[in-house]
Amino acid sequence: MKKIATGNKAVAEAVKQANPGVVAAYPITPQTEIVEQIAEFVSGGLMPSRYIAVESEHSAMAACIGASITGVRTFTATSSHGLLYMHEMTNWAAGARLPIVMANVNRSLGPGWNIWAEHTDALQERDTGWLQVYVSTVQEAYDAILMAFRIAENNNVLLPVMVNLDGFLLSHIMQPVDTVELGDFIPAIHLPHAIDPKHPAGYGTLTGPDQQFKFRWDIERSMRDSVKVIEETEKDFAKRFNRKYGFTEDYLCEDADVIVIALGTLGKEAEVAVDILRKEGIKAGSMRIRWLRPFPKLNLKGKDVVVIDRDYSFGFGGIVASEIKAKTGISLYSVIAGIGGQEVTYDDIAGFVRTRRIGEELWFGVNAHV
Amino acid sequence: MLKAAGPDTVMVVPACCTSVIQGIYPNTAFNVPVYNIAFGAAAACASGMSNAFRAAGKKTNVIVYAGDGGTLDIGIQAMSGAFERGTDFLYICYDNEAYGNTGMQRSGGTPMGAKTTTTPTGKTDAKKDIDMIIAAHDPPYMATACAAYPQDIFKKVQKALTFRGPTFIHILAPCPPGWRYPTEKSVEMGKLAVKSGMWVLYEREYGKVTIGPQSKAAMKRPLPLEEYLSPQGRFKGIEPKIVEILKQRIAKNYQRLAAEEEASA
Repeated sequence: MKKIATGNKAVAEAVKQANPGVVAAYPITPQTEIVEQIAEFVSGGLMPSRYIAVESEHSAMAACIGASITGVRTFTATSSHGLLYMHEMTNWAAGARLPIVMANVNRSLGPGWNIWAEHTDALQERDTGWLQVYVSTVQEAYDAILMAFRIAENNNVLLPVMVNLDGFLLSHIMQPVDTVELGDFIPAIHLPHAIDPKHPAGYGTLTGPDQQFKFRWDIERSMRDSVKVIEETEKDFAKRFNRKYGFTEDYLCEDADVIVIALGTLGKEAEVAVDILRKEGIKAGSMRIRWLRPFPKLNLKGKDVVVIDRDYSFGFGGIVASEIKAKTGISLYSVIAGIGGQEVTYDDIAGFVRTRRIGEELWFGVNAHV
Repeated sequence: MLKAAGPDTVMVVPACCTSVIQGIYPNTAFNVPVYNIAFGAAAACASGMSNAFRAAGKKTNVIVYAGDGGTLDIGIQAMSGAFERGTDFLYICYDNEAYGNTGMQRSGGTPMGAKTTTTPTGKTDAKKDIDMIIAAHDPPYMATACAAYPQDIFKKVQKALTFRGPTFIHILAPCPPGWRYPTEKSVEMGKLAVKSGMWVLYEREYGKVTIGPQSKAAMKRPLPLEEYLSPQGRFKGIEPKIVEILKQRIAKNYQRLAAEEEASA
């Protein structure tokens, strides 16, 4: 059914359809509308879930952990400082192999108080064992939430999934969204290690060095296995609902001499920049990274690469650029832009491509090449 | 505690001595499922668990078993939230008045005058009154207990689990290495705490206060506080003025509880 919705409302709608047993969440701008909408669904009898209005994000994730280990589907949503506050528990959720789904509305970090888009919040979580997907439209936010439950709960994965959408640029922007009749797209949850008083067991007990590394390896093994599960899920989604997704969204990459890479809405904006550049005779393409964990295989051989990071690792570099360099060994042009909601237009992106200096870093608006 | 609770029980345990005594993976010493969780997160985790069980129509007891650090200090926010939300669970705090696992550092539960590894000359601040904080949340049932009176603990756990909503039991747990007395004196130390009035046994049921008979007796003729303090190495060399403050605090606490008992009778 076609509707017009904000990114936040689309997320809430998808969660309603996935019907988790427990939602535990704490409000934070710009995520608030998601939890308000879910609370409204629950109190209006449209969603049979239990909604736990916790007193902090640390408790939101802890409550999701407690609920999830009983074997029910769980969801939470947060942003920025909320995500950072739950950091201890995000590690716990992945380590405990719990298929919790979370929407994170990407927002800058204080100080100063800035509520606009930035990816540093989610990227600081990339080593926790969560799968991470970044979306670029309201439709994609809706679709990604539905797929996230199926991927997380797949018994070859059993890892939490974080769906990232840009603060305000997606969370508060209204776009058309085509909702689906879900049918059996998300099978009933079956958690093999669900807590059961009839079968007492210790969870997370003291673990020696001879065992701990095996648990860590098991997370990595499942992370690798998740690649196939993601592919299968996206394929089935396309078959059922006619919308196709992949690890990256490639636009005119095949014959391109230069490829722009970015996460989220910047990646979508890059497609417009590509059209402009193509008209000028520059063979540009855009490769929007959707799944950051597990990290996709990127074929960038023989291309100039321009990476736009709406984030930074101080003393190191743009995080996405650094990851691409580490994984592919290529040299690239690293552009730091859009931090704290800084406006970046498709014209700006076309400019980055025209004046690219491979091997260097640009802080957009600071006018300094490093 | 587990005998009183029965087999349809799940324990949620934050970092504390109970995380250690369960045994090492893949073994466990408990006959009920134990979910270990991060230090400050026990009540929140239990809150999620209880909601999920109740949503599934299960009556499984959810019991948090946490130390004083995990309750009075790092876990207080999550605990306050879980009580405020009316979570159907039992929260048990076993209180040895310091961070025992890490080698006896002061906690909010450490009494004034006690030496710990982070208060080498004795704590200058008073013990946090967590019971008053819990009482402010108005739970249907809460009680204090002491490890020296196991049958009393058994009854209180049984009783707590008959209520719907959040319940709380605060157990004083004498700790030989931390309090520095010989292990075989643990029961005696717990009884001295009650007899001197440093620890008062009472229940609060829907706001109605009932002081336990052991503490009732102690109120009439309290044991000199020095008899509780002097066998413990942690109070060695305690200044007389601190002892005086502790005595005043005991008297004030007695008066308050007696007045509450009378008012709610």
